[in-house]
Amino acid sequence: MINKIFLIGNPNVGKSVVFSRLTGVHVISSNYPGTTVGISKGFFTLGEEKIEVVDLPGTYSLESTSRAEEVAVGLLRDSPKETSAVINIIDSTNLERNLFLTLQLIEEGYPLIVVLNMCDDAGHRGVDINAPLLEKMLGVPVIPTCAVTGVGIKLLVSRIKESCIVKEKRLTHEERWLKIGSIVEAVQKLTHRHHTLREVLEDASIRPLTGLLMSVAVVYASFKVVRLLGELLINKIFDPVFFNLYQPLLMKLSAFLGGDGFLHHLLIGDLINGKIDFRQALGVLTTAPYIEFAMVLPYVVSFYLILSLLEDIGYLPRLAILLDNVLHRIGLHGFAIIPVLLGFGCNVPGIMATRVLESKRERFIAATLISIGVPCVPLQAMIFGLLGSFGGFYVGGVYLVLFSVLIILGAILNRTLKGFSPEFLLEIPPYRFPPLAILGQKLYYRVKGFLVEAVPVVLLGVLLINLLIYTRSFDFVTGIFAPIVKGLFGLPKEAVVALAIGFLRKDVAVGMLMPLGLSAKQLFIAATLLAMSFPCVATFVVLFKELGFKNLVKATSIMIGISLVVGGILNFGILR
Amino acid sequence: MKISLIKAKKNYRGKIAEIAASPATQNKFMSLGLYKGREIAKISHFALRGPVTVKVGRSVIALGHSMASKIILELE
Repeated sequence: MINKIFLIGNPNVGKSVVFSRLTGVHVISSNYPGTTVGISKGFFTLGEEKIEVVDLPGTYSLESTSRAEEVAVGLLRDSPKETSAVINIIDSTNLERNLFLTLQLIEEGYPLIVVLNMCDDAGHRGVDINAPLLEKMLGVPVIPTCAVTGVGIKLLVSRIKESCIVKEKRLTHEERWLKIGSIVEAVQKLTHRHHTLREVLEDASIRPLTGLLMSVAVVYASFKVVRLLGELLINKIFDPVFFNLYQPLLMKLSAFLGGDGFLHHLLIGDLINGKIDFRQALGVLTTAPYIEFAMVLPYVVSFYLILSLLEDIGYLPRLAILLDNVLHRIGLHGFAIIPVLLGFGCNVPGIMATRVLESKRERFIAATLISIGVPCVPLQAMIFGLLGSFGGFYVGGVYLVLFSVLIILGAILNRTLKGFSPEFLLEIPPYRFPPLAILGQKLYYRVKGFLVEAVPVVLLGVLLINLLIYTRSFDFVTGIFAPIVKGLFGLPKEAVVALAIGFLRKDVAVGMLMPLGLSAKQLFIAATLLAMSFPCVATFVVLFKELGFKNLVKATSIMIGISLVVGGILNFGILR
Repeated sequence: MKISLIKAKKNYRGKIAEIAASPATQNKFMSLGLYKGREIAKISHFALRGPVTVKVGRSVIALGHSMASKIILELE
């Protein structure tokens, strides 16, 4: 009787898609090795039985080489073989390499089922695999599927109980490759076909000159689209809804509350010339939803749309090759660009994705750099919203400062930290075009995740701030830090509150700056500080989980030190 | 005659003669299908000690410069 199913396979073969199909639990899948760094668990029912399904991080062999792989292999080893089944998912377009793990699993005596995934793509590429023959040669069930469209999943479910153990003697690695050679020879037929446009583009993106040109075009186009789409959503949807529908409602509520008083202050905030100014009122029903929905959400949507598209197409590993050289100078290698890009959406998944990096040293460098130099979308959206009115120069300036800090700090960490950083070794996936439904689903879950995380914190945060301001409890804290903030950074003492709120959420913190009437220079410094100094509490927690207490303290001291130095330099040195 | 993967010209196709790396790295290479006797093709090489990309069977693999330098090819 089976009560547990493991999904195992090489990186980037679609384990997470199969997992979603089996359990209905959504997990993020992409087209690059190492999307899944944690373990996802779900359940599915087979007849009367409820079976646990475990989605393991991808691994090329049973000898683990990264922390994510270690976890996968360890879990599998610790589970009793009598009550579990192992589904080994294979990328049909690359049978040979995938069979290495399959044979290892068979030799180790795991009860196995093999899934030949992406069989549609294999067809397009002229790869034909004789599944029944493969089944006969391996001695375990072999089921062709196309998980993104759902083809073959029913068949897989109906045959799960047929998973079986084959007793094979253990081979040496060389013997195993020889055996794979003969299996592939027998079951796989390749039809030679002309190079498609897709293959030409795949090739061009990994050659120096064409690759560089493509990356410049892709990165530029991505920025442009994120920006334009975000603005479009704000101007055409969110602003009209807020100003034409929501504001009249709030005006009625304001009149009902008498235009003043404690409750009015909490919910609506302060009226300016008898009107509600969403950016400055600071009420729970005014500024809080306006920041989240009309200033941040549009960019969250447009950013994740583009990121998801680039992920699923499989462009990111190609960017990793191009950046390998630069990242080497700061103690990382090319693949670290993926956690960094995820960090631009939200630092939390970015830092979690550093698990794909092999050494502790790299993970520390990457996590620290992300929390200091990579601003998340909510923060960026607010920086655009606020500083944008003073001109692109200031917005660009924030990025320039953060980028310089990232490079300089990275170089210093690389020189001073003990140990060395491993070399770059990455499989480059082929381009794939995800069905729109899959892309939409991923975007939906990411945006939903953002709303669930952000909205309650923002509403409660603004409520709390209002209470503290109303009861003047901030005055004490403000008094303590005012000398630094005023003397070193040249900001008014009220900015202390905003910087402190940054620990809660960065977007609200920038929102707190709006009513202060800061000059361009002050706003520039405050925004840069908010990006660099303390990360928000969610990031803090994940830094603690990933790095441990000692390294968290180390990373935090670096953050505070850098913020003091850079804030001071910007105030006294550069911006006169 | 032997030649390191670094020195090989792009589009060069040849068998791996030797992998001069630690057992751990050898293992990593092994699971990706890079082992002695295997035929691979060099696709590209990035300047300034940048990574090298190779084609092994149906997969494309990118290797950091010093990793690539450990792979020695047979020169025919």
